[in-house]
Amino acid sequence: MRDEPPCEDSTLNDLQPSDLRDIYRFMRLTRGVEERLETLFKQGHIVGGLYRSLGQEGTAVASAWALEDGDWLAPSIRDMGALFVRGLDVRDMLRQYTARGTSLCSGKDNTTHFTVPELGLLGPVSPLGTQLCVLNGVALAFKQRGEPRVCMTYQGDGASRTGSSHEGFSLAAALALPIVTFLEHNRWAFGTSSRREAAVDDWLDAASMYGVPAASVDGNDIREVYAAARTAVERARSGDGPTIIVAETYRMLGHAQHDAQKYVPAEELEAWRARDPIARLEAALRDEAGMSEEELAAIRDALDRELDAAVDDVLAEPDPPGEDARTRVYESAELDAAVPWTRGPVPGYEGVS
Amino acid sequence: MSDLQETTYLEAIRQAMAEEMRRDERVFILGEDVGVYGGAFKITEGFLDEFGPDRVIDTPISEAAIVGAAIGAAHMGLRPIAEMQFIDFIAPAFDMIVNFAAKSRYRTGIGAGIVIRGPCGGGARSGPFHSQNVESYFANVAGLKMVAPATARDAKGLLTAAIRDPDPVLYFEHKYLYRRIKEMLPAEEEIVVPLGKARCHREGDDLTVVTYGAMLYKVDEAAQAIEDEDGASLDVIDLRTLRPLDTDAIVESVRRTGRLLIVHEAAKFGGFAGEITAQVSEHAFEWLDAPIRRVTAIDTPVPYAPALEDYYLPQTDDIKTAARWLLSY
Repeated sequence: MRDEPPCEDSTLNDLQPSDLRDIYRFMRLTRGVEERLETLFKQGHIVGGLYRSLGQEGTAVASAWALEDGDWLAPSIRDMGALFVRGLDVRDMLRQYTARGTSLCSGKDNTTHFTVPELGLLGPVSPLGTQLCVLNGVALAFKQRGEPRVCMTYQGDGASRTGSSHEGFSLAAALALPIVTFLEHNRWAFGTSSRREAAVDDWLDAASMYGVPAASVDGNDIREVYAAARTAVERARSGDGPTIIVAETYRMLGHAQHDAQKYVPAEELEAWRARDPIARLEAALRDEAGMSEEELAAIRDALDRELDAAVDDVLAEPDPPGEDARTRVYESAELDAAVPWTRGPVPGYEGVS
Repeated sequence: MSDLQETTYLEAIRQAMAEEMRRDERVFILGEDVGVYGGAFKITEGFLDEFGPDRVIDTPISEAAIVGAAIGAAHMGLRPIAEMQFIDFIAPAFDMIVNFAAKSRYRTGIGAGIVIRGPCGGGARSGPFHSQNVESYFANVAGLKMVAPATARDAKGLLTAAIRDPDPVLYFEHKYLYRRIKEMLPAEEEIVVPLGKARCHREGDDLTVVTYGAMLYKVDEAAQAIEDEDGASLDVIDLRTLRPLDTDAIVESVRRTGRLLIVHEAAKFGGFAGEITAQVSEHAFEWLDAPIRRVTAIDTPVPYAPALEDYYLPQTDDIKTAARWLLSY
């Protein structure tokens, strides 16, 4: 683990007290949504796995805070906070995990796997590293059209070991695409230590092989994350190409709800618990921005009420009708209708049982 | 009406891309050596000069990145053509095609209207990694369309349709046909061949032969010989599009002839002929007067030495033998 380097970047000053409060709100929102999802999981309302980002909320929220309208973002599953910053409705996240017919994926895919062009969100798929390759195409379109828009994406240390990830970095660098990638060194790829994922002690070494600027930040310090993101975003927007930012952080829970993370050394977990990004921001808000404990509690209470209402709403929403499984494979509904015909009566044999 | 010009299969592909790029500024091509070098087979020669580096993009040797970028650009409303230098090299992009492009519309409602094209097929003495036919690797993947033209006219018309299509299209161009097939085509005139429609290549009453790609010419040779020597007529269907499959055209013909032979260049086990066989069994079983037969490559990798490759590939005599067996059944 690196010592916290002093941050001397002038862009730090961009963060006003109101920004800090908003960032705090989004981080609490993220944690609150995930806590409710965990409750819903225990109650049997979650379909499939639940993947939490506990401890990584700072990287997700503060990085996305550096983007502007019209920019695009492709999260991993542990960047829910970035999605809220970009305008995602909390209900849409709850609908995803509860497989509602009203979900952004219409019940056909889960977690953060939705693509919402109006919000500039590109969903990942489960084979890791691939969304970087696809987001490159979005960035390529910006570049071709001469639009000063920027893309941001994320991958864990595990995802960064895929061939797709390497190809994606390589192409982004070769074409000087406006794309900022956060390599979230969260120490665990499912049940495998990042020390086993790559023979590097400092993941900046792993990020420094593409001929583009690479930086390393304390991913649990929102001001460091924001400063690095802001610099990289401005660089991309001005046509100077991609940046890779290693965020030193920690996955505080197992890979998913089913994983009790028995392989994690207790002292390691405790060391990182002391570096919790939300607790650190709360301290900064109290000590530096002069916020009272009552003001912080008021933000949390308002979020609680908002989330309670959202959960109630979403649980009342319907499952998708089963036959919707047949739709939207192709653009042509006629073609979709022809696809599963072997299950029904076969033309010429309608009367044959 | 423009003048007719002798046009190779390769030139037809080139014309389709160039004409679409002139017609629609959203169309662009990316791939290995497509720009400065002009493409490994010179299909995009001159494109860089005409369309510039933003629309003719040389990439690293990174098929996943090529297809990924095409998908993202398609999400943004562009119409990318991703070239695989040889279709064998589509394997490194399998993840992007199967998990991202094919499922995108279904999962998210946002389609990936891309064309992935590249030279397929044997006969050019190119060995195991420059000769494959990959259609059945992808045949089981919902969301993809697949095209395999046999004629220059279809090469042009199907590619034009593929570029305009809102869904991901795999376009398999047979390298053996590139410069061997020449047809008189109207120069500078738009040709669009709709996806999903087979073409009746030869009309006949006694045996249906379903084929596609370069095998069409061996089938035609066999059909002509049988017509000359045996007096039997073969109904030859050139599928042109493999997915969506024109089952209606196949079933209509089989119900008329009562006999079906399927010929393709890819290996037999798990090959595309198996799907056609199943569909005909479901839709025309009682019209069949004989078992369905398949003539395909043998179940091995594509070998290199001419004697080995000739043994591997289905030959005209193999088709004649199977056809005669069916006719006399």
